[in-house]
Amino acid sequence: MKLHINGDMVEVPDTITTVSGLLEHFELNNKVVMVERNEDILDKETLSETKVEDGDKLEIVQFVGGG
Amino acid sequence: MDRYSRQTLFAPIGKEGQQKLREKHVLMIGAGALGTGNAEALVRAGVGKLTIADRDYVEWSNLQRQQLYSEEDAENRIPKAIAAKTRLSLINSQVEIEAHVLDITPQEMEQLVNNVDLIIDATDNFDTRLMINDIAQKHNIPWIYGACVSSYGISYTIVPGDTPCLNCLLETVPLGGATCDTAGIISPAVQMVVAYQTVEALKILVEDWSSLRRKLVSFDLWVNQQTAIDISKAKKEDCLSCGKNPTYPFLSYENQTKTAILCGRDTVQIRPSVSQTRNLDQLEKMLSGQNGTVEKNPYLLSFTTGEQRLVIFKDGRVLVHGTKDITEAKTLYHRYLG
Ligand SMILES: [Zn+2]
Repeated sequence: MKLHINGDMVEVPDTITTVSGLLEHFELNNKVVMVERNEDILDKETLSETKVEDGDKLEIVQFVGGG
Repeated sequence: MDRYSRQTLFAPIGKEGQQKLREKHVLMIGAGALGTGNAEALVRAGVGKLTIADRDYVEWSNLQRQQLYSEEDAENRIPKAIAAKTRLSLINSQVEIEAHVLDITPQEMEQLVNNVDLIIDATDNFDTRLMINDIAQKHNIPWIYGACVSSYGISYTIVPGDTPCLNCLLETVPLGGATCDTAGIISPAVQMVVAYQTVEALKILVEDWSSLRRKLVSFDLWVNQQTAIDISKAKKEDCLSCGKNPTYPFLSYENQTKTAILCGRDTVQIRPSVSQTRNLDQLEKMLSGQNGTVEKNPYLLSFTTGEQRLVIFKDGRVLVHGTKDITEAKTLYHRYLG
């Protein structure tokens, strides 16, 4: 399946069905992130229910601490 | 005056904006990479007053990206707030600069925010950021989050009563993560975050509120990505920091860390539970009788013994270098300092 992630077209395995599955794929599941899917900000509680589908546009922003 | 002519020619600032800038007071928490970048930009731009608070001193590994510091500062282990003030005063003597060498607690935060128009986050940890977030909400002061690691950076401008706050966005305090460990940092990532923070600061200081970015911005300069997302819907009515019944949880004593492992440095910081000023002369005498080397400057004393080094600050704090183990650090602390 192809997704637009942070502006790039990315090919991910079809076994990924949810946003939390996608975060796991990118090893971001233990990180604090904000996710926007098709221009909608997702509530953290809904990440495991929210489906990802071919062609979805996702923005993933990770909070980091350094400075 | 000629000094600001190129800035006043820029129409959104103009002479009026310049005058407003001159009347404003910015509080900078942290004087590392982001802090030095933001501070230099705002001082050159002609802000009225800048207060800088930082707990650390200059080391060689800082010089690659912390733009206000020199080899001499690292050689002499000058506290960052002091070294920054010295350099900034040479850059623009018209700006009033106040330097504080301390690790901020909520009590000190309350004093520092007096008459402050804007807080710039230049810290390296979320404990302090959440404290900034609460004090900013409590006193209705805008603040600008910024952070970076490796080639990645992120920034967001938080305006009390308007945007979501950091507590709304995080929900939990992120632990560990890419900050400290091994990821490193390149200076363009720093400079990019500094640019995002400084431009928002200028907009706020000249009171051009409608021009604020309003989006959470992030980028990775090495892999050529950037994003900006609208997160206004993330504001939570029941948020304990910015909601209807705020309790400002991160200003309470229980939520304070007394020991902290410093960013990527094999160092543990210990802060005495009761604040105290140390007599460095006395300590020097006491420690020179021990099995180690003592070095001292007006702000701190460094005691090296074997693989470890204790750096003791006047404000009571001690950095234990050469360990990441809090227990081991505490053992050393108690061995030499009681
Ligand atoms: Zn909030």
